[in-house]
Amino acid sequence: MGTVSVVFRREFAEYVRSVLGYVVAAAVLLLAGLLFYAQALGPAAGERLSGEVLARFFYTMSGLVAIAAVVLSIRLIAEERQAGTLVLLSTSPVREWEVVLGKFLSAFAFLAAITVVSSYMPLLVMINGKVSLGQVLVGYLGLLLIGGACLAIGLFATSLTRYQLVAAVVASVLTGTMFLFWQLSLVLDPPLSRVFAGLAIHARHFQGFQVGTLHLRDVVYYVAVTYFFLLLATKTMEVKRWE
Amino acid sequence: MIRVSNVSKFFGGKRALGPVSCEIGTGETVGFLGLNGAGKTTLLRILACDLRPSAGSFTVDGIDGGTTPHRIRSLVGFLPETPPIYPEMTVGEYLRFAGRLRGLTGPHLEQRLPEVEDVANIRAAHHELLRHLSHGYRQRVALAQAIIHEPELLILDEPTTGLDPAQIVEMRLMIQGLKEKHTVLISSHVLPEIHQTCDRLLVLRDGELVASGTEQDLSTRLESCRIAASVTPAHDQAGTGGVESMLHAVDGVHSVAATQRDHGVIDLVVEAGSDIRAEVSRALVHGGYGLIRIDRADLELEQVFLQLVHGDENGDG
Repeated sequence: MGTVSVVFRREFAEYVRSVLGYVVAAAVLLLAGLLFYAQALGPAAGERLSGEVLARFFYTMSGLVAIAAVVLSIRLIAEERQAGTLVLLSTSPVREWEVVLGKFLSAFAFLAAITVVSSYMPLLVMINGKVSLGQVLVGYLGLLLIGGACLAIGLFATSLTRYQLVAAVVASVLTGTMFLFWQLSLVLDPPLSRVFAGLAIHARHFQGFQVGTLHLRDVVYYVAVTYFFLLLATKTMEVKRWE
Repeated sequence: MIRVSNVSKFFGGKRALGPVSCEIGTGETVGFLGLNGAGKTTLLRILACDLRPSAGSFTVDGIDGGTTPHRIRSLVGFLPETPPIYPEMTVGEYLRFAGRLRGLTGPHLEQRLPEVEDVANIRAAHHELLRHLSHGYRQRVALAQAIIHEPELLILDEPTTGLDPAQIVEMRLMIQGLKEKHTVLISSHVLPEIHQTCDRLLVLRDGELVASGTEQDLSTRLESCRIAASVTPAHDQAGTGGVESMLHAVDGVHSVAATQRDHGVIDLVVEAGSDIRAEVSRALVHGGYGLIRIDRADLELEQVFLQLVHGDENGDG
């Protein structure tokens, strides 16, 4: 794990130093704040219960986190390929999975930091309404899990190419498709509808987190998606040595 | 130290290298010579375990590159043609990062930092951001990262590309200093660099190894025998026609080219099937010419290079 930590530290420092990191953080927090105002305090908020406000907050936040995850991940490997710095890693005694994991964890840590900064909003709901700390924590766990899964998809996309634009398109298409699986499941008949509903990255698997209910199957789903795409990214990097 | 057996590399359907076989001993400094696209970089990247060969095998220190490339990477320092630097890092941060990737930690890493900065002459730039450095400095920083873990094998791919003449001289001196501690492989088409730095040359053409040996070996093998001589004219001879026809009569002489200088001295270049300097000398003296000098005219490295890489040589090595 020593090498994972070396890669992690360099990548995390890169986020902290780069304009990209601050732009993503600012955009996520600004949009989250505006949407929270509209849902909880604005004229359209009406007489919503605090639990409903919290669920809506996590719903909108999950979309923002997914987009932020894709944006943060697309530079991770493609940029190094483009700049010719990947050779430093690929000629060092570092295995591909260590590179992938180190990069993933750095992006995940940065995304988690952004997400945690948004916590003043649900805490306001908790103080002024009737929701428990457990509900808030479960919601944040859901955000981190869906963020991790989207980061892994982005990391796989960035491992495929040296062009960040291509990586962005691939990551967006993959993530978008996994969101749309739910819509697809609504128009299909069983058993396909059940398959697509089970594969959808949002909807069924995130609903529990929105309302503070923790289902093990949802946690397993997000961990499995994350693992699957990290494994694909690792294998892609290995295969690239043969090309 | 290195044993390469029938290594080939294909990119898509196109053969970029091989099959190539060669052996390189511990402590040798070997130059890989060839035109662009000859396969030098591909071979070096394979030996650095950056690329996997499509066929064949190689070992470094007895470790198989196909099955345990990870172990070889810890023995190798690699300087690619484009310095692999992160512009937003300082020199110190970058070298620490490179050292940690190679497993250096704590006091050992801190001890190595000033050492490699001194070797690469970049101590003064320790706190500088890499994006503020010139290409020459970046190249030196990249060299420092390649040696920070004291690798047994140092692979330098076109280390002087893009450097100005003064920087080339500095880089050459650095490489010569490294020869004492490392087995060094260098690819370059800057001939003086190879000429002055390497013990042995491997010449690649169209992905194949066409020759191997010292500069002297290569020029000797390429040239049947070229003899250069300078003489003063004989009393009864004017011009160069007499000496040419006289030498043509010597056994083994294929051709003679004579040029008379303003002050009368005639320069001769004799192409022969073997080293017949004794016979040529005897004929010249016997013919009344004053022999000023006679020697084998070895090919310059540049000529050797051009003959080998363009395939002018009759036989392959």
